[in-house]
Amino acid sequence: MTLAQAPVTPELNFECETGNYHTFCPISCVAWLYQKIEDSFFLVIGTKTCGYFLQNAMGVMIFAEPRYAMAELEEGDISAQLNDYNELRRLCEQIKRDRNPSVIVWIGTCTTEIIKMDLEGIAPKLEAEIGIPIVVARANGLDYAFTQGEDTVLASMANRCPKEAEVNTEEKEERNGIQKLLNFGKKKEDTATESEYKQHHPLVLFGSLPDPVVTNLTLELKKQGVKIDGWLPAKRYTELPVIEEGYYVAGVNPFLSRTATTLMRRRKCKLIGAPFPIGPDGTRAWIEKICSVLGVETQGLDEREAQIWENLQDYVDLVKGKSVFFMGDNLLEVSLARFLTRCGMKVHEIGIPYMDKRYQKAELDFLAQTCREMGVDVPTIVEKPDNYNQLQRINELQPDLVITGMAHANPLEARGISTKWSVEFTFAQIHGFTNARDILELVTRPLRRNNNLKDLGWDKLVKS
Amino acid sequence: MKLAYWMYAGPAHIGTLRIASSFKNVHAIMHAPLGDDYFNVMRSMLERERNFTPVTTSVVDRNVLARGSQEKVIDNIVRKDQEESPDLIVLTPTCTSSILQEDLENFVSRAQLNSKGDVILADVNHYRYNELQAADRTLAQIVKFYLEKAEKKGTINREKTANPSVNIIGISTLGFHNNHDCRELKKLMTDLGIEINMIIPDKASVEDLQNLPRAWFNFIPYRELGLMAAEHLQREYEMPYVDITPMGVVETARCIRAMAKVINQQGGNVDYEELIEYQTIEVSEAAWFSRSIDCQNLTGKKAVVFGDNTHAAAMTKILVREMGIDVVLAGTYCKYDEAWFRKEVEPFCDNILISEDNGEIADAIAKLEPSAIFGTQMERHVGKRLGIPCGVIAAPIHIQNFPIGYKPFLGYEGTNQITDLVYNSFTLGMEDHLLEIFGGHDTKEVITKGISADSDLNWTKEAQAELNKVPGFVRGKVKRNTEKFARERNFDQISLEVMYAAKESVGA
Repeated sequence: MTLAQAPVTPELNFECETGNYHTFCPISCVAWLYQKIEDSFFLVIGTKTCGYFLQNAMGVMIFAEPRYAMAELEEGDISAQLNDYNELRRLCEQIKRDRNPSVIVWIGTCTTEIIKMDLEGIAPKLEAEIGIPIVVARANGLDYAFTQGEDTVLASMANRCPKEAEVNTEEKEERNGIQKLLNFGKKKEDTATESEYKQHHPLVLFGSLPDPVVTNLTLELKKQGVKIDGWLPAKRYTELPVIEEGYYVAGVNPFLSRTATTLMRRRKCKLIGAPFPIGPDGTRAWIEKICSVLGVETQGLDEREAQIWENLQDYVDLVKGKSVFFMGDNLLEVSLARFLTRCGMKVHEIGIPYMDKRYQKAELDFLAQTCREMGVDVPTIVEKPDNYNQLQRINELQPDLVITGMAHANPLEARGISTKWSVEFTFAQIHGFTNARDILELVTRPLRRNNNLKDLGWDKLVKS
Repeated sequence: MKLAYWMYAGPAHIGTLRIASSFKNVHAIMHAPLGDDYFNVMRSMLERERNFTPVTTSVVDRNVLARGSQEKVIDNIVRKDQEESPDLIVLTPTCTSSILQEDLENFVSRAQLNSKGDVILADVNHYRYNELQAADRTLAQIVKFYLEKAEKKGTINREKTANPSVNIIGISTLGFHNNHDCRELKKLMTDLGIEINMIIPDKASVEDLQNLPRAWFNFIPYRELGLMAAEHLQREYEMPYVDITPMGVVETARCIRAMAKVINQQGGNVDYEELIEYQTIEVSEAAWFSRSIDCQNLTGKKAVVFGDNTHAAAMTKILVREMGIDVVLAGTYCKYDEAWFRKEVEPFCDNILISEDNGEIADAIAKLEPSAIFGTQMERHVGKRLGIPCGVIAAPIHIQNFPIGYKPFLGYEGTNQITDLVYNSFTLGMEDHLLEIFGGHDTKEVITKGISADSDLNWTKEAQAELNKVPGFVRGKVKRNTEKFARERNFDQISLEVMYAAKESVGA
């Protein structure tokens, strides 16, 4: 299979291992999505195991009255002594009463898969009954890893985005009255500046990012005269963007392949395949690709990118010539490896849970091109890695930095191998020109620590 | 289905993994989907563990769902046996494998054929047991397995040690302050002249389990873990056990006396009274603290206690019996062992709450308005919200509850630690109180958390100012009581006079 697809990016070398690796369960996406979509409520339908994971993974967030909860399945649910529909109705009515959200997102888990609970079938009926939209996403550990959870949720939401004709202003007004009022002034302002934008086809971006990053990327495109017509997801469920046949869409994260597929096949959108706006090189390539597809001529990108690199110089000096090994757990690996290669690092291995060579094509090509330009060998991309084997390779290679999950970080540090916790890349702001420094801030932290402590002589703290 | 935001005890497999990873050279293989190996993260982070956690997953994915695990589990077991040559591999079922109902027992016996180490299947049902029960069962299961194996091979060692000796059972990874407690217990045994035969499961080798019967008796410091193993050893090898948690001065003495009795019944001749007296007066400061002015000031203060059985019961007794504090509510989330808890704390507290619902506990705390809480991390956050100080005495816990410094809860040094914890919790509140009596560092607006915040009653300027001087953690209560008083007497305005009158009448 690898051979057949090899011509796509001839230089890159793909391997696939056993899939015995550590990653977060995809239900973890509720942690950032409930914060992003302010009027949502996430109901994870699973067992104590799921609940315990969320409780521990989200640390202090759990105490802040989160808009998520477990529908904890009991023995009666498993053996179908209880009726799924009635049970879910009872819980959703309680949620409606206590929180009154604009949407309830059901997260299907391994257990609902195995007992074949028909969430997609129950949702429309219950939705009609209680009057709150119910979106179903099967973000389970049987099929997906970590950030792919967001992909399953956004793919479901893509189906809920209104078409122009469908927008029922009356209903929207009712649901969203105050928000409308608040936005009133802003709307006017938008029209006033309409002339700053060039004429182009409507563009919708997809991928959940913190609001400051959304603003940042929006402004970056605005500088080129490109107007973003909507963003999936928006701050509120009631503000999901209009998506019409023929709209252009572009992803901001590498793990959104299902969402991209849904937008193309179900909503008849045109996907702009671009590298992802991670690092100044990625951001520039992303903007250039969008502009070229929309027929907009870019301006000032050379200077903009050069300026950013100049600001990064002190950090680039630190990483230049150092080697890095990605164990792989969040699908950001290829984009990060490409950026770090551009910074002058040598990448030993790019572990990744799942590799969609079509959705990531532009990013993969960009990686190959970057390696060529930097005069380094192309790294091997290891899909479904085997952590045990990887640890043997790490032991042999002795890389300067291993980007890995928390399960391996402390044990590696005790063996004198510097590590950076991979999950931080998921939660930190890493997109766009402005945030390139944040990526290097993370990457250089263990190296800076090493510089500070280098004369103490206690690098290795276990006998191996 | 149950709507849940938080849980006190984890799922069953966590308990099994805690036992497996406590032993030396034991590996656990979970039969679970991707992402369920979260245990490794917890152990690596919370315990700041230097070694790789000996837990891997035999991944259940779409293919397994369609065709069954087939050779996958067996291959994974055999592979791990070759890679790391563990003494024992524990195949660990999860909620997922519970419903798949694959014949894991069969996988184990087939994998055993090609493995040098032993292979067993943890006998825990996800839907029947929680983390604590599963840990207890798994420990008993492993002990039983190795004793039976030794019986068959004839290597079992039943000969008692020359001097009185003990097995300490129940010290495990991710247990609340377990490593400090273990050190303290070792010291205590040394002081008592009792040899330590074995400590399990912590850092023990399974091959040594055949020596368990050599000890004169077993000692179970925690109610939740080790009792099943101790009962098995009593049944099969007539080994007596002591299961009194030596937490607090009185209980530590009771525990030591029980040990003396067990030793003397077997022909020993020990008398620990002198040692108990010396430790109580000279080593522990807790006895002296209870006489001191500091503790006198705590007399009759209200506290709420919540946690696992061991710590909540012991804490309740310490607060009431040794410090004269009023425990208005003692509770546990160990529902399955409710009767024991009730029996232990009944004489010491006003109310008992047995619940796994954190909302119920939070509501009870809000209603009772104690001066301090002793609970889990969840109660600490409840306290934060209500402005009530909280000392953490039980899991679930965060990384700050795995201190590097020596902080046992058991034994005589443990009594010192607990004294600090209790006193600091209360003085924190007192300090707050004094600051506000003298106007505080700044003049904040009054913050009330009660439902009466938007009441129909008017407070005069002076009364409002007076209310603002009331310390934060009782301000809500004063406000509510004053308003209740005013309503009952049909005052529509609360003046300074009304406030004082209310205080005089209800002690607001």
